Amino acid sequence: MTGAAVPSQPADSTPRSKEGLRPVTDTRLDKSQPVLEVTDLEVSFPSEAGEVRAVRGVSYAVRPGEVLGIVGESGSGKSVSSMAVLGLLPDSAEVSGSVKLAGRELLGLSDNELSKIRGKDIGMVFQDPLSALTPVYSVGAQIVEALQIHQEMTKEQARTRAIELLDVVGIPDPRRRVDNFPHEFSGGMRQRAMIAMAIANDPKVIIADEPTTALDVTIQAQVLEVLKKAQDVTGAAIVMITHDLGVIAGFADRVQVMYAGKPVESGSVDEVYYHPRMPYTIGLLGSIPRLDNTERRALTPIEGTPPSMVELPKGCPFAARCPIAIDRCREVEPVLSVKEGNTHPTACHRSHELAGALDPATIYPVPEIPAAVELTSVPREQREKVLELDNLTKHFPLTQGAVIKRKVGVVKAVDGITLDIREGETLGLVGESGCGKTTTLLEILDLPSGQAGTVTVFGKDVRGLGRADRKALRRDMQIVFQDPMAALDARMPIGDILAEPLKTHNWDKDRIAARVPELLEMVGLNPDHADRYPQEFSGGQRQRISIARALALEPKLVILDEPVSALDVSIQAGVLNLLDELKVKLGLSYLFVAHDLSVVRHIADRIAVMYLGRIVELGDSASIFDAPSHPYTQALLSAVPLPDPRRERERTRILLTGDLPSPANVPSGCRFRNRCPKFLTLSEGEQQRCHDEDPANSRLAADHVAACHFATALEVI
Amino acid sequence: MSANQPAPSNTSAAGGEAVAALATATAGAPQPPAAVRKRTSRGKLTARRFARNKLALVGLGILALLFLAAYVGPSFTKYDYKFHDYMAFNAPPGGDHWWGTNQGGQDLFALTMRGLQKSLVIGLLVGGISTLVAGFVGAFAGYYGRWVDKGLTWFVDLLLVLPSFLIIAVLSPIFRNASWLIFVVLLAAFSWMITARVVRSMTLTLKDREFVKAAKYMGVPGPVIIFRHILPNMASLLIIDTVIQVGAAVIGESGLSFFGFGVQAPDVSLGTIIADNTTNAPTFQWLFYFPATCLVLIGVAVAFIGDGLRDAFDPNSSGAKSKGRRRKALAERNEAHRKATVAGGSRDVLGTS
Repeated sequence: MTGAAVPSQPADSTPRSKEGLRPVTDTRLDKSQPVLEVTDLEVSFPSEAGEVRAVRGVSYAVRPGEVLGIVGESGSGKSVSSMAVLGLLPDSAEVSGSVKLAGRELLGLSDNELSKIRGKDIGMVFQDPLSALTPVYSVGAQIVEALQIHQEMTKEQARTRAIELLDVVGIPDPRRRVDNFPHEFSGGMRQRAMIAMAIANDPKVIIADEPTTALDVTIQAQVLEVLKKAQDVTGAAIVMITHDLGVIAGFADRVQVMYAGKPVESGSVDEVYYHPRMPYTIGLLGSIPRLDNTERRALTPIEGTPPSMVELPKGCPFAARCPIAIDRCREVEPVLSVKEGNTHPTACHRSHELAGALDPATIYPVPEIPAAVELTSVPREQREKVLELDNLTKHFPLTQGAVIKRKVGVVKAVDGITLDIREGETLGLVGESGCGKTTTLLEILDLPSGQAGTVTVFGKDVRGLGRADRKALRRDMQIVFQDPMAALDARMPIGDILAEPLKTHNWDKDRIAARVPELLEMVGLNPDHADRYPQEFSGGQRQRISIARALALEPKLVILDEPVSALDVSIQAGVLNLLDELKVKLGLSYLFVAHDLSVVRHIADRIAVMYLGRIVELGDSASIFDAPSHPYTQALLSAVPLPDPRRERERTRILLTGDLPSPANVPSGCRFRNRCPKFLTLSEGEQQRCHDEDPANSRLAADHVAACHFATALEVI
Repeated sequence: MSANQPAPSNTSAAGGEAVAALATATAGAPQPPAAVRKRTSRGKLTARRFARNKLALVGLGILALLFLAAYVGPSFTKYDYKFHDYMAFNAPPGGDHWWGTNQGGQDLFALTMRGLQKSLVIGLLVGGISTLVAGFVGAFAGYYGRWVDKGLTWFVDLLLVLPSFLIIAVLSPIFRNASWLIFVVLLAAFSWMITARVVRSMTLTLKDREFVKAAKYMGVPGPVIIFRHILPNMASLLIIDTVIQVGAAVIGESGLSFFGFGVQAPDVSLGTIIADNTTNAPTFQWLFYFPATCLVLIGVAVAFIGDGLRDAFDPNSSGAKSKGRRRKALAERNEAHRKATVAGGSRDVLGTS
């Protein structure tokens, strides 16, 4: 790109002018003075249904070098409040209150004036790094632009600085990479580039809005590390917005929990995590499955869904979901203040009791999950195999040319997978995006007839099956998809949606009519709602409908493709409990695909860890989590943040270098060797072995295999 | 409100969301228990939603009146459309000739009604048939892919490059003495291709949606998926296309008739009446106004009905929700949120944060 054209920086929504490049004030930051101070911020939007009060009085202050975490579920107003701070809300939004950056009021400034602050004094990191970078300009050019807008610099100086910045955020070979375009970067690298851009002008504050939500755990660990480094370099304050309590635990100094547009609890991470005094926070902490939890117990979901932000009822917005709500809670909305006996502010009428008479650990009723009876008492070997994959392979040819297609390579999406699922057990299939999980699922569900390897369902090899047999197999094997909105036909009432599998398998009308309400009741929905459309239900309820549909035909195997990853934590707990309960009641087997290891730990009996089209480690849940033996499993587990600040601080992360290689270009020998932390510690001869020899599964315990030449157990949680 | 509902019997978590569903939108009337109540079918729901749309009902009314007028109207006037009244050329409306007469002394009312008969049938049939064919061909090509797609798109492209007017012109003499319904088929046969291509591309995107995959993995056969999931999800496109095609067919027919194909004298259609009278229209305006009004009415009625159908098929549109339900939903949502032990409401007001 040429110097004449100034690329547009996406973070900057306004046409920027060339004037005013001089820094506004460059006072040395006083460490004790808050650099960003938000007081009584309120935001409302007009909507057809009425005024949406998205943010209802948010106040916080961050000092240089401090990290403030803002947590909340979707719709709690956490992102809207940060957008209001940046002045990036649409004109229709009404914003009141005060936002002071180093003593200067930002609210009421014109867009032009704000443009001079955004990207200079306030750096921004957004959730989706792909849409935050302009695809038509090189990454370097976009950083150069960010530099030149705010500082007097020649092109060469700016370019040199851009390379420096890319180096700081850990982009390998920055000199070459600086000229790459965003699509040539992986997701993690794009987010690093965004961070580079955010720190380009030595900002006083960095606002990071869900910076790692779209990334895999190992990449998340890398990016958090980079963010920390960026903070060390600039000494900036960070406002980190996320829904992930684990990320905040290790990263933030202070936390603010938001609910229905208002902070309901705030304090240091230790105070909030170890002494939560607001039932919502207590519920949130209790509803997340934890990686460090050895005993399997039911999660405590917060019942109900957050209230609509239009015409909020009077009183505490959480009262309807609160297990300890009293009459006063329904009349008067509590203010955020330090209650008697507490050390940090909460917005709850009963906080003082939670510090004394009421035990926070017991206020939520623990739902009872019936214990599995018959099946678990039978040893695994004697149970029937429901699904068996033997060396399942799926390669896609990579072709070039428009008219005559030439084969130029092979994408080894699934490259020899062997596993089995027995009756009544849950197999968790984990791995990062791009490792071939979904392809594996589709291969099973498509009942393929080609390529290498066999799929055996209920003892039948799917290859030789006729039409009728295939249909019969489909009855016994059902799927629940990730996104409950996309998986339900929006134009069908849910009664028809549930009746569809039954109709397909020739149930008669009366039986269908009886079965539909039964199914709805089974997943905890009201049978009267059969003639409503899917969009009248919330995300969690839709996922329940999906589950009900999958169970309609009383299948034996249910394939769950990330069934809770689109749901908020408090809702997720309810769905996980339901899955647990149904499994026991109906004797189901699950193939549970997920990227969230904490969820998998909660639900799975056995775990298969997948890397680049292969299973690298397979075993029962206890051995995988307590004695992970493949270096990849170890890295994966160590990258998962725990919602426990003290342990989080003590943990050392195994950081993987680089990104997942393309399945079109699988390394020779061991496919993990170029990212393997263990590889680096090996002697040359041993390294040569990893280089040349594809590791076979080595058996470590009765039900535990790892595909590594030098597998040794390591405790990482 | 939660009091008159059968309590969900499952885990407490589940119960919470079930009550939340109640809170989202109930008209408040106590509902009979599930066992007694029969599930409403999708067709009935759609019909009910259609009936809520006032404009759509107006459209339906206009269309019914037009049909009535076209078929019953002529029996009230003493003039036949073929009859030339040599005592009244270009007579203004009034008296014996309600809508006046044309240059040849034919009664305009009788003519228009006769024309209306033809145009209504031709328009609706052509619109319906062409959209049907387009939906069918496009969806099958898109869904099945491979050689089905190749074959069908090739055929569509072929029809697109053939000059349809020429073909109809060439074929017309063959069918000269056949029923004018053949003409409907010919018109329809050449007006569906572009829609078919649009339908095909929409099918390609819908095919990868999870609900289609879910149906496929359930074992639902392909054609059923197409008619149950794919076509209803592009109902808006198909309905709007039909509306446009109806109008285009009426006009297109008159164009062809003008060149001597299609509806031939002494038979008339709205198109031919308007075309015949264009030269005289500036001076004898009724010659234009009456038939043109009928034409516009057909268009408006079809458009209203189309709008109503589209809303009825699309559960997202607010137009088809019952008024009480719409207004009450919000109030009740928060009311329930307050009262119920557990409560909720749609979280979608803010979208995702």
